[in-house]
Amino acid sequence: MVLETVWFLLWGLLWAIFFMTDGFDFGVGTLYPFLGRTETDKRVMINSLGPLWDGNEVWLITAGGVTFAAFPLVYAVMFSSLYSALMLILFALILRGVSFEFRGKVDSPGWRKIWDICIFVGSIVPAVLFGVAFGNIFKGVPIDGEGVYHGTLFTLLNTYGLLTGVLFLLLFLEHGALWLSIKTEGDLHDRAVSTANRVWPVLLVIAVIFLVMSKFSTSLYDNYLAHPALFLIILAMVLALLSTKIFLRKKAYFKAWFSSALTIVAATFYGVAGIYPSLFPSSINPNYSLTAHNASSSPLTLKIMLVVVLIFVPIVIAYQAWSYNLFKGKVTEKDLTY
Amino acid sequence: MDVVMLSRLQFAAATMFHFLFVPLTLGLSIIVAIMETKYVRTGDETYLSMTKFWGKLFLINFTLGIVTGITLEFQFGTNWSRYSAFMGDIFGSLLAIEATAAFFLESTMIGVWVFGWKKLSKKAHATVMWLVAGASSMSAIWIITANAWMQHPVGYTIRGGRAELTDFAAVVFQKFAVLQFLHTVGSAYILSAFFVMGVSAYHLLKKQHIDLFTRSFKIALVFGLIFSLFVVIEGDMHGVHVTETQPAKLAAMESHWETTRRAPIHLFAIPDEENEKNLIEIGSIPGILSFLGYHDFNAEVKGLRDFPKDERPPVLITSFAFKGMVGLGIYFVIMTIIGVFKRNRLVKSPFYLKIMLISIPLPYLAIELGWVLAEVGRQPWIVYGLMKTKDAVSPIATCQVATTLVSFVLVYGLLGAVGFYLMAKNAKNGPAMD
Repeated sequence: MVLETVWFLLWGLLWAIFFMTDGFDFGVGTLYPFLGRTETDKRVMINSLGPLWDGNEVWLITAGGVTFAAFPLVYAVMFSSLYSALMLILFALILRGVSFEFRGKVDSPGWRKIWDICIFVGSIVPAVLFGVAFGNIFKGVPIDGEGVYHGTLFTLLNTYGLLTGVLFLLLFLEHGALWLSIKTEGDLHDRAVSTANRVWPVLLVIAVIFLVMSKFSTSLYDNYLAHPALFLIILAMVLALLSTKIFLRKKAYFKAWFSSALTIVAATFYGVAGIYPSLFPSSINPNYSLTAHNASSSPLTLKIMLVVVLIFVPIVIAYQAWSYNLFKGKVTEKDLTY
Repeated sequence: MDVVMLSRLQFAAATMFHFLFVPLTLGLSIIVAIMETKYVRTGDETYLSMTKFWGKLFLINFTLGIVTGITLEFQFGTNWSRYSAFMGDIFGSLLAIEATAAFFLESTMIGVWVFGWKKLSKKAHATVMWLVAGASSMSAIWIITANAWMQHPVGYTIRGGRAELTDFAAVVFQKFAVLQFLHTVGSAYILSAFFVMGVSAYHLLKKQHIDLFTRSFKIALVFGLIFSLFVVIEGDMHGVHVTETQPAKLAAMESHWETTRRAPIHLFAIPDEENEKNLIEIGSIPGILSFLGYHDFNAEVKGLRDFPKDERPPVLITSFAFKGMVGLGIYFVIMTIIGVFKRNRLVKSPFYLKIMLISIPLPYLAIELGWVLAEVGRQPWIVYGLMKTKDAVSPIATCQVATTLVSFVLVYGLLGAVGFYLMAKNAKNGPAMD
């Protein structure tokens, strides 16, 4: 029981870290055609992600892998139910990944234009669709007792799902704009700061609507009312969102970005805490929900994987932190030749 | 076509495309690391140019390998959910370990290597490439162990309608996994060696950058020779173990229908699966199949007729894949041995260089055939003896899979074309002279 709950929390944590790290990559990629006015701007924007995006994306692989290892039934039902949405995300991620590498390889404006579009599409599509997917998970998905999904891609595009999609996009846009505020200088920097300032109030409004809508569209608050201590997560989310703006006003961009990272983590845990012990709730019948208890791996596998994760995840965080530190500071024009 | 067939085609397309890039990542990372280490040790700028030239090709290839690998991890869930639910306890943990213990290191360090030229000392920078190389081989260990478990499941028990892990060490250290890993990385190193030799041959034929490409050729030649010999010997051991664990695959490899002693191989044969015989058999050598399977020319080899019809793999594909793979494996040994004699007069051996240039695709073909043999030869099982492929598929709509299959073919086709164009362009351009 304890082991399963620990794994449930780790599962939520890995998704949260993925959204926190690759989230700013998605944000920068979505802002790319709007903020990148000149060729130099564009290359600076790409290079601000260059050394990091690949390592960030592995958090997705790990979140997926851990779902497979610790909750195989969830992995099986979740990804076959969300088939079309997940495939769209994967194709988008493919486009994004190759664009970063291929764009600079042929010196022609037409060639670059193609990959510019791919960077935008490859960033905005996962940003929104991850939100839509998680909104539907928070709300419950029409799966029966056999784990068969009764719906289509369009079933997922309900009001609450789309609202969560918009929320994720805004979270990532803010996160990305703040990242650019840290990493760039000059005009691009000013545009990034002003974007962060303009996205913030919209994000605030959508976040409030989301928290209210959750009361009517989901049963997330049942857990909160049963364990009022959980309201601290919402408090943390609100405080992190507010401090993002405060630090932004003080031009403390790193602190603002860090607050925005915490906002994303808290927003993820807001939903995760609400669906516990389910990882993939059924909207047809709560008895069909896949939970940490009825969908987990054997105790032996959970123990082995816990040892693996407790050893390697801190090591990963250590060397990724080293890498972030190595590439800290502004990306300038002279960094563009490597 | 039904969901099973479409999903099989989609998985085949996605894995085979992914595996066009993986082997070069595995081998070229080591070759680039050797070049950079030589640069650090000697300070010779030619080694730096070599590192940068081959590093550029490495990166184009690496990117395609990474992006196509991501879809694979999720396809077990999207298309093979029954399989995932049944095997996840074991199979899922191996994939998760791969991501945490290896793939993270590889992906993080490649970023550091590309962007870290000015931020790190020369020695540290070369070390980073060794980390990339080490991590990619580590990653292969876990993926191959997962596949080996599908080939020969061990260390589990069936409980509550699924396979549960009972002995982790048995899964990780089983003979099948070790042999299959060595076979796969060995072939990947051959492929990388032939890639480097082939591209070097192009420039040597044009008599440009002779010093740089002679050195590259020689490093790759050593690598290629060692591993072509290694893979032949290791492949033989692997074959004996496959015979022990998957007798139907051995019979299908040589379209061997009747149980006999002194079982032959045929240099060429067309099997007729309907009538359980071979339509054509050319160049039969008695005793060789017995020897390959049991290291004994007189051993009895069970024929396909003695396996139930619904437990036989597709014979035509399996046998052609086997013959092609083995034939190419021997070709690689011959070409690298010739290379040893020509190594000091490469520029004066245009014919050999031309052969090596057009040989670049051959190890790719051999590796794909090897996977076809491993996977198609395992049919009708998804996990040998435990679960059939037709029972493993997700309960999803045919049109969904048809749509994604078409998208895979289109997107991968375009990526393949762009990737090939960029590789060829950069390979032809040669090293940047600054």
